[in-house]
Amino acid sequence: MKKDSWLASPFMVWVLIFTVVPLGMVCWYAFTDASGAFTFENILKIGTYWDYLKDSLIMGAVATALCLLLGYPLAYIMSRASWGAQQTMMMLLMLPQWMNFLLRTYSWMTLLENNGLINNILGRIGLGPFHMINTKGAIILGMVYNFLPYMILPIYSVMEKIHDSLFEAARDLGANRFNTMRRVVFPLSLPGVITGITMVFVPSVSTFVISQMLGGGRNMLIGDVIERLFVGAAPNYNVGAALSLVLMVLILISMAVMKKFDDGEETGGLMM
Amino acid sequence: MKILSKIYTAIIFVFLYAPIVVLIVFSFNESKSRSVWKGFSLKWYENLFNDEMIISALLTSLEVAVLAAVFSTIIGTAAAVGLKSMNKRLRSAMLTLNNIPMVNPDIVTGISMMLLFVAIFSATGLMHPGFVTLVTAHITFCIPYVILSVLPKLNQMNPSIYEAAQDLGCPPLRAFMKVVLPEIMPGIITGMMMAFTLSLDDFVISYFTSGSTAQTLPMVIYSMTKRRLSPKVNALSAIMFLIVLVLLIAVNIRQIRAAAIKRKKTAVE
Repeated sequence: MKKDSWLASPFMVWVLIFTVVPLGMVCWYAFTDASGAFTFENILKIGTYWDYLKDSLIMGAVATALCLLLGYPLAYIMSRASWGAQQTMMMLLMLPQWMNFLLRTYSWMTLLENNGLINNILGRIGLGPFHMINTKGAIILGMVYNFLPYMILPIYSVMEKIHDSLFEAARDLGANRFNTMRRVVFPLSLPGVITGITMVFVPSVSTFVISQMLGGGRNMLIGDVIERLFVGAAPNYNVGAALSLVLMVLILISMAVMKKFDDGEETGGLMM
Repeated sequence: MKILSKIYTAIIFVFLYAPIVVLIVFSFNESKSRSVWKGFSLKWYENLFNDEMIISALLTSLEVAVLAAVFSTIIGTAAAVGLKSMNKRLRSAMLTLNNIPMVNPDIVTGISMMLLFVAIFSATGLMHPGFVTLVTAHITFCIPYVILSVLPKLNQMNPSIYEAAQDLGCPPLRAFMKVVLPEIMPGIITGMMMAFTLSLDDFVISYFTSGSTAQTLPMVIYSMTKRRLSPKVNALSAIMFLIVLVLLIAVNIRQIRAAAIKRKKTAVE
């Protein structure tokens, strides 16, 4: 099939025009001013927006950590269940994912409102009302709710491959439950953990929808800032592009760091 | 220990489903309240079906999804076949480029294409931001999923059967249609369904690339949640959930979304 490579040419042209050129334009806008002259000013504007970026990174990290904390045990339980139970849990996990994520986020808006269902129920037993909507906590909750399956799935798919005989071997060699988890299951599940972290962290850090719906515009993230710079009342593509570039570079760096960590741990696991 | 795992699993699934159940229950509420039950009513469903903006947005969403699925499947399948016969270095370079839209945050993909479309329009007057740019953007983010669905099927295939067909006098195109295509068909169909559902679901990229003339359903939902909330949104959620449930039972689309996440996962790795 050697001569078939021309079949990829429409794709190559498409990628060039609609993926490579747009990213080039982001760089171009990031390093030029309104008149098109070269400048570092946009990138240096990061100082002005540092608080939003910091908030995004912290909240994204907290949401990712919570997903890991909640998702890891479930992935483990799933991977050790019977085949039928695994299939059912998988389906139950994916079913909410079929609903648009705006609707999933909206469902929490109605629950967390000041006169929403949770406060309503708490009020009947004499508690509250608590102010939950439009807080950072609500945004983190929204991130965890929307992206939890992205953590569970990759961890489950590596854990599912851990053979039962490894558990038996660990037991025969005198490891208790805790040590089996620490020295057998955890090192082997690490690639899944790394992938899960990336898959939750990237959409969490860059979201503007969750922060707008559950944060009420008062808790802006870097995604909100970028969104406003592109479609807001006073657009500034240059600064918006610079912030996007910074966000992209930060994400690439964190992915690379995670990958390094993964490789290092893998050999460590083999030496164990 | 067994009982603890069961309780834990139950808690997680309650967490995942409770908001959706509440959403659906209150779509039948008599009053506008989303927290106080005032009696059963179907009026929000009636309101929903009489809302022309929602119906036309639904149609736009479907049109975009069909076009995006068809074009990304054609381009992506051809690309997979082409990539297979490329030399290794070029192929891995192309696959890296292919991963970009999957790894990049949606907002970056969205604004980068927005910059391109704005530039094209102001330079040539072509591609006025609207339906055309929307479809173009959707094709762009769907292609990677099609390629990553078809490529494994091509790798599984024994290349000798294609050569054998040609040796036996079959012209290349016919050999491709008769021999290769049936082999990779499951991958093509998975890729196409993935493209269709991802396109229907997308909000962020559409939001930046559609201009003000074309509105998809997620975009209307977004603007509804920004203004005064109406239980119409609940009714819409309930209907969409029901459709998915029926489809899950009727057709085997169960794996599609999980498979889409897996594709993204391989790209991230």
